[in-house]
Formats: sequence, structure tokens, C-alpha cells
Amino acid sequence: MPAPDPIEHLIGLLARLPGYGRRSARRAVLKMLMRPEEAMLPLAAALRDAAAAVRPCRLCRNLDDQDPCHICRDPQRDRSVICVVEGVAELWALERAHAHRGLYHVLGGTLSALGGVGPEDLAVQPLLARIAEQGVEEVILALPATVEGATTAHFLSDRLQPSGVRVTRLAQGVPIGGALDVLDEGTLAAALKARRAV
Amino acid sequence: MLRLTRLMLRDFRNWPALTVPFRAQLAVITGENGAGKTNLLEAISLLGPGRGLRGARAAELGRRAGEAPLPWAAAGRFEGPWGGFDLGSGTPEGGPPERRSFRLDGAPLRTQAELAERVAAVWLTPQMDRLFQDGAGDRRRFLDRLVWALEPHHAREVAAYENAMAQRNRLLLQARREGRAADPAWLAGLEDAMARHGVALSAARRGLIARLNAALAGGVTGGFPAARLALSCPVAAALDGSPALAVEDGLRADWAASRARDAAAGATLSGPHRADLLMTHAPKEIPAALCSTGEQKALLVAVVLAHAALIAAARGFAPLLLLDEVAAHLDAERREALFAALAALPAQAFLTGTDAAVFRPLRGLAEGFLARGGELVPDGDLPVPEGR
Ligand SMILES: [Zn+2]
Repeated sequence: MPAPDPIEHLIGLLARLPGYGRRSARRAVLKMLMRPEEAMLPLAAALRDAAAAVRPCRLCRNLDDQDPCHICRDPQRDRSVICVVEGVAELWALERAHAHRGLYHVLGGTLSALGGVGPEDLAVQPLLARIAEQGVEEVILALPATVEGATTAHFLSDRLQPSGVRVTRLAQGVPIGGALDVLDEGTLAAALKARRAV
Repeated sequence: MLRLTRLMLRDFRNWPALTVPFRAQLAVITGENGAGKTNLLEAISLLGPGRGLRGARAAELGRRAGEAPLPWAAAGRFEGPWGGFDLGSGTPEGGPPERRSFRLDGAPLRTQAELAERVAAVWLTPQMDRLFQDGAGDRRRFLDRLVWALEPHHAREVAAYENAMAQRNRLLLQARREGRAADPAWLAGLEDAMARHGVALSAARRGLIARLNAALAGGVTGGFPAARLALSCPVAAALDGSPALAVEDGLRADWAASRARDAAAGATLSGPHRADLLMTHAPKEIPAALCSTGEQKALLVAVVLAHAALIAAARGFAPLLLLDEVAAHLDAERREALFAALAALPAQAFLTGTDAAVFRPLRGLAEGFLARGGELVPDGDLPVPEGR
């Protein structure tokens, strides 16, 4: 007997989310249907609230229920340093690590000629505008160590050059505890070029 | 030593189901043409990274029953320097047939580099008889496979370089179609990535060739004529005289100056992706391309044997050697030299052939199998060597 429609609809919606396949979606739905009052109605309310309240921050494009977001409003944050990240997931990861005391800028992707993502698809102009308006002294490019991430970092350093702002990137390559002599040349070269004064 | 001690296949090429233990360092598989001998070697080659010895797509590998190929699986049990492990590859469960997934001791592997850390395989096949006649691409791939066995990161460098170059080509082409100049900062970013990865991969190729030449000159190849290898590549040549970072700068400048030329050509016309592997018959001082087919085969055997010895010394395990129809093309003297060299190497080797008699001298050294009718049965003339 085919499953009734509302269930299949719900499974179909869940299965489209990252980390869910049809099988795991079906398992989650079945679990929730055992106790709909406790597991489903609060979820439905939370979904509605989040959808209504959460917006991208007009300054950094973080997702928050306040605009500007709680990071941009925080008076303790160092406004002279902006950390550029690919997406909100990376912003949240850096926040969890408590590694950065400045502000952020979410780019919304990385340059990909094959994927059809160009400079106009990324929040590059808003970044340049923030730097011009806010007295930013340093921009940290915290982009992924992929070809696309490195290309985007290179592209941004070029665009940022006229502003005179200091541009740095995450040192990459040398893992903690990694002995230099077992690293491959590419990694070693990247680490060498990312060297900093001590 | 790295040893494949058991191979299990399900719906792989012509093999519906197969479980075969390998108890000796040398395995000989004989059978008529079409019996599936090469398919067995291909399955073993697919337990390592890459597309295996036929360069096949994953969707081509399933046994055909009617129209669509069936989901396939190949699994090997290995004994390595770090103990035993199980490696499996095949169609992902519930996934698309054009993908292939890997499992190490039952847990999914995310990257092929993790595989390259543990397993390496090198092969010689009849298709490679044209290696010295055909284009540089096949020779470059042969070289890169040899480098990969020494440096598991090499494949990642090659892939990153090719990715950046494909994006550069796309940007130049799009701009040309639309009658405008491509974004110079974006191009510079891609050329920077190409320079970094291109120099790293060229340095790795150059390093392997130097070590391989030293091994070949040291006479590790027994009765085979020593080959001398050289890389025809301006990037590798520049690394002879300049530090890597200076060569990177040179490449960036070169590509930045060649954008109009490359846009018109629709391709990047210079760089390490154009490298060629040159081989010389060292005792006779003649290029391999001018040697007889038999001598070319002997040179390739010499390279593969020297490479196995080199990798064994450098990494603590030698690659699995998959020698498809190799013995039959050698004269009796060379064949004897091959068998002696294989017995002396710390490498596991798999040999195939149609003529079982050719392998009789391996009695006491190799375990023999006969492939016929989708089955693999012990060859009574080549029983498992004693004391193994
Ligand atoms: Zn914000």
C-alpha cells in the first residue's frame, strides 16, 4: 500500500536537505510521527519563526534575527579587522573556535569559471565599500585551500590593493606537529610564502 | 612487503563471482584469449587509486546481464608493512553507476590520496606496446603513475593544476566569444594556482626520474638493457638552475604574456601539461622510439623493475606489478632474466599469458591459475611453492 501523501511530501522536503537522503529522511519522519505533539509542532513553530525572523546582515551577510547581526553590533569587536569567509558555515566555524575578535564578511562563494561563478556573483563590491567607509586596517582572507579558494584570495588581494589595507591570509599547509622534511613541495612552498615575522 | 592475499569479485566484467587466495609472491594466470585474465589484473589495479589499467569509467566495469551493467564490487585483503587491511571498491550502494566508492576495513574512504598511502600498482599491458609511437599524453600518464607510487600527493597536484588550467581556458574562451578581455585579476589568480601546482608536480616528476636513472645505472635490472629517462619539459629544465619560487614567478609571467595567444588557440599552449617522457636504450645510445618492439618491451620491463626496487626502498613496500602478456613477447633468455628479477624483488607480481608452457620455469616460485568459463582453478603444473 502506498504511503499517504502528507508523509511522502514531508520525506521529499527533508530529503532535499544536505546530509539527508531518502532513507534518513524517512527514519526522521517516522520517529517524529510517533510523538507529533512533542516532536513536530514545536519544530513547525521553530521553522516558521526562523523563516520569518532570520535575514542576512546588511553589513557582513551573516544570518541572524537582528540586522545588523549580533557580531556587527558587538561593541567589544575590533572594527579594524575584517575576516573574509566563503559562507556562513565558515563564519560559524571560526566563531566556535573563538579565534577571531574582529568582524566578518561573507563572500557567498568562490570564483569558479567552470561553475559559472564570477566576481559579480560574489559580495566583492560591498566589501570594498565597507573598507572605504569603516576605517578597516586589515583584511584576513580565510578562504578554502582549493584551487577556487586560492584563486579567489589572489583576485581579492588584487582588488584590495588600491585601498592600501593590509591583506593577510591564513597560514596553510604545515599541520600542527608536522615535520618540515616530510611535507611535499607545494605545501612547503605555500607555508614558506605565508611566513610571518615573529 | 605489500601483498594481496585474497581477491573477491562480484559482477566485475566477465566474472559473476570469484574468491581467490594468492599464497605466493608470484601468481601466474593462464587461459585463452577472452577468458578474463586481463579483467583480473584490471580488478587488482582498481584497488589502487585512479582508473585502473584500462583507464575505464566506473560505469563500464559492471558485468552485463541484458542492457544495463550490474553494480560491481572488487575487494582485496592485503598484508602490508602496517599489518593487514581490507580494501574494497565498487558501485556505491544506491548511488549512480558512474561513481565508484572505496572502503577501507569497511569504513568509507573520502579521497583517493588515502588509498595511495597504502596501495600502489604499476602495470605493463599489450596496449603499451605503442607507448613510444603514440602521443606524449600516454607517456606522461605512465610517468605520473610511477611518480604517484613514490609520492601519494602527486595525483592531487596534477588534478589541481588541470582544474586551474581548465578554468583559465574557459575564462579566455568566454571572453573571446563575447568580444571582451577576460578579468585580468581572475586570470592572474588561476595562473598563480597553475604555477604553484605546476612547479610542485614538475619537481616530483624530475625527482623520480633522477632517482630512477640512478637505480637503472646501478644495474638493478639484471638481464635487461638499462633505459635512461629524461623529461622534455621547460619547467623541469628551469628547476635545474633556479629555485622553485623563481620558476613559479617565471611561469606566472609567461602565462600572463600568453593570454591572447592561448585565447586564440582555445587552449593553454605552454606548461608542464605538455611534458614528454623520453627514453633512451642506454647501452646502445639510441632513442627508444627507434628500437625494435622487443627491445622497447625490454626497456619498459627494466624501468618497471627498477621502479619497484626504488619504491620498496623509499616507502617500505613495492607496488604490485601487473604484467599482462609480457613474458610471451620476450625471448627465452630475457624471460629467464625477468623471472629471476621478479623472484629477487620484494614485490608481488601477477603475470598472465595464453601459453602455460612459457611459465614452467617458475615451478617452485609461482602459484599458477587457469582461467576458463568464468572460473579460476589451480594450475596443477604450478602448485603453491613450498615454505610460502
Ligand atoms: Zn553582520
